[in-house]
Amino acid sequence: MDRFVWTNGLLEMDETLVIQQRGVRLYDGEDKAKLDVGVVLLSTHRLLWRDQKNNECCICIPLSQVIFFEEQAAGIGKSAKIVIHLHPVPENKEPGPYQQSKYSYIKLSFKEHGQIEFYRRLTEEMTQKRWENTPVSQPIPTGVGTKAGRTRAVGIVGIERKLEEKRKETDKNISEAFEDLSKLMEKAKEMVEVSKSIANKIKDKQGDITEDETIRFKSYLLSMGIANPVTRETHGSGTQYHIQLARQLGDILQAPLEERGGMMALTEVYCLVNRARGMELLSPEDLVNACKMFESLKLPLRLRVFDSGVMVVQLQSHSEEEMIASALDNVSDKGSLTAEEFAKLLGLSVLLSKERLLLAEKMGHLCRDDSVEGLRFYPNLF
Amino acid sequence: MHRRGVGAGAIAKKKLAEAKYKERGTVLAEDQIAQMSKQLETFKTHLEEFASKHKQEIRKNSQFRVQFQEMCATIGVDPLASGKGFWSEMLGVGDFYYELGVQIIEVCLALKHRNGGLIKLDELHYRVLKGRGKFAQDVSQDDLVRAIKKLKAMGNGFGMIPVGGSYLVQSVPAELNMDHTVVLQLAEKKGYVTVSEIRDSLKWERERACHVLDHLLKEGLAWLDSQAVEEPQYWLPALFSELLSRDITPEEANQMTP
Repeated sequence: MDRFVWTNGLLEMDETLVIQQRGVRLYDGEDKAKLDVGVVLLSTHRLLWRDQKNNECCICIPLSQVIFFEEQAAGIGKSAKIVIHLHPVPENKEPGPYQQSKYSYIKLSFKEHGQIEFYRRLTEEMTQKRWENTPVSQPIPTGVGTKAGRTRAVGIVGIERKLEEKRKETDKNISEAFEDLSKLMEKAKEMVEVSKSIANKIKDKQGDITEDETIRFKSYLLSMGIANPVTRETHGSGTQYHIQLARQLGDILQAPLEERGGMMALTEVYCLVNRARGMELLSPEDLVNACKMFESLKLPLRLRVFDSGVMVVQLQSHSEEEMIASALDNVSDKGSLTAEEFAKLLGLSVLLSKERLLLAEKMGHLCRDDSVEGLRFYPNLF
Repeated sequence: MHRRGVGAGAIAKKKLAEAKYKERGTVLAEDQIAQMSKQLETFKTHLEEFASKHKQEIRKNSQFRVQFQEMCATIGVDPLASGKGFWSEMLGVGDFYYELGVQIIEVCLALKHRNGGLIKLDELHYRVLKGRGKFAQDVSQDDLVRAIKKLKAMGNGFGMIPVGGSYLVQSVPAELNMDHTVVLQLAEKKGYVTVSEIRDSLKWERERACHVLDHLLKEGLAWLDSQAVEEPQYWLPALFSELLSRDITPEEANQMTP
């Protein structure tokens, strides 16, 4: 770790960023470095590391200092690492976080993965050695007194000025993004205030809101991503969008539901629908809100929540009695069944077959044998 | 006789109320809603501008995403509430997280029979990254956590249990109370736990320890090694790291796609 130097983290003129990965901890040889978790950056010229919490703390090392590197696989409770062996400390090295070290290698510990990609890019850069083609300006060594030295100094001043401008530009770009974000959030905050004010007035009945206006208001809230506690009790969270969605779902889900015995877990539906869409995906809440509208829209589907909290979409034609009767038949037939066995029998997911058995049990048709070997259901003879 | 319609009376009442409110200087709700429509259009323009400059930043830079999410939370806005929201449509944040949600569900489904529906966040991250392939957008654990929080809306018991400095992600509705959680945390170091260890570390009575372990067994979250040398060991597949090397088999993959 004594090869690292402090840096402002900005790239030089011909230096390009190759890859970065957050969630990386540095090791001085075998010991954890006295630094927190940070972002490791690979450029064409250097390896940099910046503290995630304190962006001011940034260190780097030229790639020319690397002798070789290797991967260290992850273990139990240990993240994957890349071990980097380094040349000895150069004489005119700038100050860095460590004055000395007993190790000649460091490790990058990838706590949030990304090591595969990083290793690949590091290999590429070490092979290509792009830093040799485009050297960046080095600090001028002191004591340059000859005429040639003075001429060189003048030329370098021009380069340094350009670098300074480039630094300011990069600086500006980085902070511009965050500045724009802050401004945007200020405006979003105003919208939140307005909608709160309206919601309060609706509650206090300051004004007569028509059905139409309520619908419009709810769609505004949906667009902004603001929760609407007031109208939810009276009208639910659904909007025109969800009504449309509910009808679409009514069409799309008919066939899949019939294939699966009339019932699908909501998470299954979520995957099915979003995989089919490819883009402009539904949020989990969109799906739930749309499903809640099935009944009022008189669609042949229902959203149902079991005692366990599992939410399913169910074909209305598949009545409760039918399901329970078939569960009882199957169990009586085999003498007894576990959820897994039942699932195999019907071609259903284990989760849903368990729910059916529980339902039949609730209605008094089955009883359970609960042991560490599993939950088994028997016809209720009591 | 001059018939006074009900309508006329209602209108008169309304006009009176309006006048009263206007006197007090308060704007009526319906007027504000009309005004909001205009303000929303303006905001949309600002968002479009922002998107044209920084949409890529959000997609590529996970730090920027975190910042964005935290600022939204501070002002009381949920950018992931709906695919139809402005944030989702214009910044594309929605599709990023909703797709991640699909991938998370699929991994959890495929591995459920191995680990009972409990998986380390590290392992989930690893497998999701793997499934996404080399050329897909990298995701951080923070991204996963946010996607999982959204999945909770669909029931099915998606939750996160803090264990050993990270989290266990639960994807089944198994009831896990404080006792279960504490035992899971105890088992984290070695991947298994014994009754003696529970009694020593937590100072519980044998019955309480056995009760918790039995529940974990029943839910398929723990496996019993009754042939262990000193005393039976309760292993938690969710905590194994060796399983990382075992790929998802074709049969398990079939479980993934509904």
